[in-house]
Amino acid sequence: MDYETVRDFSANYGLYYFMAIFAIVVVYALWPSNKKSFEDAASIPFKDEGPFTEDDK
Amino acid sequence: MQIIIGGLLVIGALLGLIMAGKGDDSVMRLHGSFILIASLGGIFALIKSAYDNKEKPAQETGYMDTVIKYGLIASVFWGVVGFLAGDFIAWQLAFPALNFDLPWTNFGRVRPLHTSAVIFAFGGNVLIATSFFVVQRTCRARLAGGVAPWFVFWGYNLFIVIAATGYLLGVTQSREYAEPEWYADLLLTVVWVVYLLVFMGTLAKRKEPHIYVANWFYLAFIVTIAMLHIVNNLAIPISLTSSKSYSLFAGVQDALTQWWYGHNAVGFFLTAGFLGIMYYFIPKRAERPVYSYRLSIIHFWALIFLYIWAGPHHLHYTALPDWAQTLGMTFSVMLWMPSWGGMINGLMTLSGAWDKLRTDPVLRMLVVSVAFYGMSTFEGPLMAIKAVNSLSHYTDWTVGHVHSGALGWVGFVSFGAIYYMAPILFGRKQLYSLKLVSLHFWTATIGIVLYITAMWVSGILQGLMWRAYDSLGFLQYSFAETVEAMHPFYVIRATGGVLFLFGALVMAYNIWRTARGDVRAEAGVPAPAAG
Repeated sequence: MDYETVRDFSANYGLYYFMAIFAIVVVYALWPSNKKSFEDAASIPFKDEGPFTEDDK
Repeated sequence: MQIIIGGLLVIGALLGLIMAGKGDDSVMRLHGSFILIASLGGIFALIKSAYDNKEKPAQETGYMDTVIKYGLIASVFWGVVGFLAGDFIAWQLAFPALNFDLPWTNFGRVRPLHTSAVIFAFGGNVLIATSFFVVQRTCRARLAGGVAPWFVFWGYNLFIVIAATGYLLGVTQSREYAEPEWYADLLLTVVWVVYLLVFMGTLAKRKEPHIYVANWFYLAFIVTIAMLHIVNNLAIPISLTSSKSYSLFAGVQDALTQWWYGHNAVGFFLTAGFLGIMYYFIPKRAERPVYSYRLSIIHFWALIFLYIWAGPHHLHYTALPDWAQTLGMTFSVMLWMPSWGGMINGLMTLSGAWDKLRTDPVLRMLVVSVAFYGMSTFEGPLMAIKAVNSLSHYTDWTVGHVHSGALGWVGFVSFGAIYYMAPILFGRKQLYSLKLVSLHFWTATIGIVLYITAMWVSGILQGLMWRAYDSLGFLQYSFAETVEAMHPFYVIRATGGVLFLFGALVMAYNIWRTARGDVRAEAGVPAPAAG
């Protein structure tokens, strides 16, 4: 396994690896049934109003 | 956790004592005494709190905000110090006599003091403070680890003091943005691991099923900085009692390691961490959820997967293999997309609430920071293209680019977060004065514009002069001639720096009065309720 082989392998498979990861992320982000939970998540910063205590369970 | 922190402090005190007594050089002995004093102070504080709690059990309820308050004060203090150091060396470049012919005030020593003070002391304290602020409020849980957050705050600031005094006394590894010597690096590693544990422990305690996107960015920042810091600082000291060490890497591998670290200090310290600020504080201040949560997910994963590969663009036309240069360039260009996706997400959060920009200078600061983020992340990939880089590299254009990102994006988003947090942390209804925030905003903005336009002109002029040949094929200008040509731009840049520094002093005054509980009588400004 010489330098060129390793370089060539990483260049090619690196591309496929990144493409696959990106596809997974896009599908996950746009998956219709995830819509509701993402909308809930977007409102998290507004849930902490009022004095918070640890007993507030 | 108390026992672990106590153990760390005892070890710190012993090592500090050995360094102070046995150090080969005076800087090592000085730093040993700093570590000894800080560790003894920490041990004293631990014992005192244990005795106090015996009589009256500590109130372990609510958010742990006192440590964030300290972080906010430290941020403002280090901000002023860092901007002052930067403006001082800006005047030195225009008028070299200002180095006073003293070793301690030499440009070569004050410049790393400036970069470390603004990036790590100011930026780092802002990141630690805001991450503690955000993670508690988005998880609705108290910070984990008992006294550990205090250890993180004091340990980090001890690291800053050791780094800064080391530079001025001539101790440096000469690695860009990683100048502190091996013992300071080890101290930071311990502090950083505790920081990671505190952050993850708080996430684990969360009462929200989902981890809010700001925390993803903070976590990526903490984890990646740990990795970068350890690999870039792999070094062997010449002896265990010496402040001097040598890197494990050499030649082009060393150069690549340094810029893999250096560019990701930009990507994960100055970008990912501050994007965490953007994703929490802009929605909070605008009182609207982020424009698209789905876009924020794609933004996050695309950004962290691409950024780590962009470093080689700092080594165009060097001994680095050509394919590696092209790889760095390609990834830098691809970064356009997540960067602009994030910028659009931040700006569009205001859709339907743009009128708030007119009345709320704090929100204006946050939003303009995102605009600067868009601008410098457009300029960066452009400069990473080899053909452009052949003109821009080693010139002031690079310096201008860095500062449009650092002053415009990192500075303004931090100021916005500081102004947002101050009334909450000090238990006040509102800031002392929104007019002063507005004054800060305008002076700093004019300062940045002066700075970056001067550096664009100066940098392109410099690049063109360096590559100008006469009809006989000789270089048309000597180096000294290019230096002379840049003088007026250096004066303009340093003047811009004065304005930026003035703005920071106004902020310090405003925060101080807010902490005292004063409110300035101001007509015509409807004060938005804090929090």
